[in-house]
Amino acid sequence: MRPTVLIVVLVALLVPQLGGADSGADLYLQSCVTCHGRGGSGVPPGGKHFGPPLQGVGAQAADFYLTTGYMPVQRADQEPVRKSSPFSDAELRSLVQFIGSFGGPPVPHPRPERGSVSEGLELFTANCAGCHQVAAEGGLVVGGTAPTLADSTPIQIAEAVRIGPYLMPRFTRKQLDDRQVDSIIRYVQLAQHPDDRGGWGIGHLGPIPEGLVAWLIAGAALVGVAAVIGGRAP
Amino acid sequence: MIRRATRFLDERAGAAPFLRKALRYVFPDHWSFLLGEIALYSFVVLVLTGIYLTLFFEPSLKDTVYHGSYEPLQGQKMSEAYRSVVDISFKVNAGLLIRQTHHWAADVFVVAIVLHLLRVFFTGAFRKPRDYSVVMSVPIVGASLAVLVWGAGYPGIPSFEGRMYIAHVFLLPIAIAVLLSLHLLLVVARHHTQFPGPKRTERRVVGLPMVPGYVPRTLGLALAVAAVLVLLGGLVQINPIWQWGPYSVANGTNGAQPDWYLGWLIGALRLMPGFDVTIGDYTLVPNPFWGGVLFPMLVFAFLFAWPTIERRRTDDRDVHNLLDHPSDMSWRTAVGASVFSFVAVVFLAGSMDRIAVSVGVPYTWQIWIFRAGLLVVPPLVFVVTRRICSELSERKWSEVEPSMARE
Amino acid sequence: MRRLGRWAIAGAVLLVGRGQRRRQLPPPEPVVDAWEPAPRAELLVAGLLLLAAALAVAFIVIYAGGADTQLLGLALGLCFGTLAVASIVTAFRLTPPEEAEEPYPERFHSTEVAEVEQIASESGRPLTRRRLLGLTAGSAGLALGVALLAPVASLGPVFDTNQLRREPWRRGVRLVDSEGRVLRADDIELDTLHTAFPEGANPEILASPIVVVRVEPARLDLPVGRRNWAPGGIVAYSKVCTHAGCAVALYRAPHFEPSRPRPALVCPCHYSTFDPATGGTVLFGPAGRPLPQLPLAVGPKGELIALGGFSGAVGPSWSGVRE
Repeated sequence: MRPTVLIVVLVALLVPQLGGADSGADLYLQSCVTCHGRGGSGVPPGGKHFGPPLQGVGAQAADFYLTTGYMPVQRADQEPVRKSSPFSDAELRSLVQFIGSFGGPPVPHPRPERGSVSEGLELFTANCAGCHQVAAEGGLVVGGTAPTLADSTPIQIAEAVRIGPYLMPRFTRKQLDDRQVDSIIRYVQLAQHPDDRGGWGIGHLGPIPEGLVAWLIAGAALVGVAAVIGGRAP
Repeated sequence: MIRRATRFLDERAGAAPFLRKALRYVFPDHWSFLLGEIALYSFVVLVLTGIYLTLFFEPSLKDTVYHGSYEPLQGQKMSEAYRSVVDISFKVNAGLLIRQTHHWAADVFVVAIVLHLLRVFFTGAFRKPRDYSVVMSVPIVGASLAVLVWGAGYPGIPSFEGRMYIAHVFLLPIAIAVLLSLHLLLVVARHHTQFPGPKRTERRVVGLPMVPGYVPRTLGLALAVAAVLVLLGGLVQINPIWQWGPYSVANGTNGAQPDWYLGWLIGALRLMPGFDVTIGDYTLVPNPFWGGVLFPMLVFAFLFAWPTIERRRTDDRDVHNLLDHPSDMSWRTAVGASVFSFVAVVFLAGSMDRIAVSVGVPYTWQIWIFRAGLLVVPPLVFVVTRRICSELSERKWSEVEPSMARE
Repeated sequence: MRRLGRWAIAGAVLLVGRGQRRRQLPPPEPVVDAWEPAPRAELLVAGLLLLAAALAVAFIVIYAGGADTQLLGLALGLCFGTLAVASIVTAFRLTPPEEAEEPYPERFHSTEVAEVEQIASESGRPLTRRRLLGLTAGSAGLALGVALLAPVASLGPVFDTNQLRREPWRRGVRLVDSEGRVLRADDIELDTLHTAFPEGANPEILASPIVVVRVEPARLDLPVGRRNWAPGGIVAYSKVCTHAGCAVALYRAPHFEPSRPRPALVCPCHYSTFDPATGGTVLFGPAGRPLPQLPLAVGPKGELIALGGFSGAVGPSWSGVRE
């Protein structure tokens, strides 16, 4: 067993007794250090555990990966998926602060109320819909998936645009300034509660659910009517 | 009253003998004979709602800027056509209901056609003297698909849009209506088929007469079709284009799909290995040809050729008015089920991307799983169907007296 | 009074006349089977018809009062549904379950077939130059048919493929983004995707949109002859997929490469996947040829310019296209 793992185990055993679980440094040692190294130096691939350095990623990336539950993951080559975080809110704050202390951009403060929803739709179709699908229902990237944005918070969206998590490209301020990101967030908020004046939205995915409705609801209902009206084979 | 009306008609059109015959025209009674009627009534709803929509739709790709009530599109550049569809949905009272009903009618029309086609195939209704009613239906299906595809529009080529629109609202619907009428005429001229049974022979057809029994039944079915389509049109959202945003060459959305009835072509396009047939540097056959053109052509050719194939195989040139039970014709049923399963697997492959997103099976694996499925499933279906059919058939014939057994 | 009298006489004559005529005819043989009356079913049908009428009125009221799509659909759909139920109840309770019989039509009408043949041959008897007439009639018909179809040519070429081939990209054209801002080489950072257009050209032409990404120069492995097409590792490809013409709107930009799939440009329609580091070659999916690459250079003020046209034909492959 490698010394880092030993340390993690020791810390994990000791921390509850010490009652200092809310210290960011302790949490880092407990849950992050195996893959990201001491002081966020990163662990190069080769062994069982490896991961990118965290120096310079800042509180921005830490907040995104931790509040979405993307981190921690079991294996470094695993696709991170949205899940509820094992940390409490207080723990999250101190961990984000600790990783932020390695240097890098802070947590952004988007103000979607400043943005324009029509500019947001335009920017979203131009920059985001290729992966996340135009109604933000998520989509396929060969070799991975682009998640649905149904549960994304404004801060998480603002963070993701800048850091480009997992397979996503990132967007510089020259490409999309903060104001435009505000508009995109407003559009995503709309897409989370779209204007379904046509009725039941059936997932906002277009023809696949529409075909299912045509077969399983309309087709079944009408074959049922035919079965009532028509006889059976003699 | 009725006498006077009939006499009026008879004196001017000589219609009484025809009317007398029509009133007691016999409809053999089986639920599966109603599938074609469902398609017919869906077509009627499709045409009626379509006529209403033409009064509001503008088939122009000219640029315009939106200044309507839907805020997310405010100030966006779009085509006149797109704007007019948004206006139909938002500004025209009852426009969205009619538009959605129209689209659902198209989707359900094809569902009913597929079911009707399967019924005709598996019961052997395509045999002489009805082989040409079937031949007629291939262009009906082709024209329907064409009109439905062109309804989706062909973005990007301005001079094309107006003509596509004429084809969509005028030429093709008329062609479908003419072919449908011919199809129905042929059916009436040779009368309906029936399943064998007491008194039901190759020479006599038994069933409900048009009046009084059949009219309220088929009227009920027509009204039920209208009810289902209008309820869907009002309650289940279809093609909410205001949520998709206007089209642009440079933009694409993940998992873009055409309507469900083209899912088998999408599946074929996605499963096809990536190669163009080239001579030197020049492309001879581009890749989408295989999945998008050759594959559907082969499926249609199979349907078209089947009556001939079966006649060659069985050397049966007789006239048939009695239908087969699918289990009695194990070879035909097994071949049909096997071909159908092939198309169904390709069809399912059209939604591999959503399967990957919602179930998590990697897309690259699915490609190979589905390709393997295409090799494995149809032969398996053939063998299993054949087995089931012959067992069912044996059981049935051993229950009846030996003298009644098939000659 | 006189008038009333005349009416009375006329009525009496009619009545008497009707009675007489009826008496003259023997009662006809019944055609429709007898069937028990079902007064309660009649009441039910009448009720359903009334309900349908009410729903139809409701539809009109909803239409006049703002036309909410869901309410409209419910009112009209349920109206049809109620009528459908009324029809089906009528069918089963108020009409007899008859089993009528009819002979199937004759296989063919032998007399008529023979007569048709006879009429045709007798009509043609006086003709001595049958072949000549047939040939000339055929050619007249064919020529007229073509003549009547000829005006269709006024529609002009439906697909102007030249329009697809014409390229707005030439040597020296600057790259601009969707808002018209000139793109500079240092705007293109690693892991970012840019959509660019030729300055001053129509962005909606198939050959206009390109994707621009930066590849680490060490990983660049472009085909021979394209060595100087990627200044500082910046590469540009047509944004229109070579498979079916969708926009290649997806850039797979792995954040931490050792554990992730390599960077790629992906088309979200049929998931053709192209490698930006090797000249747009196909990594996966149905596309049959690479994305056409646009040679780039950096201008005097750091702006990106095209060095020439694409390496191959833009857009989906069609027969005769050059790779």
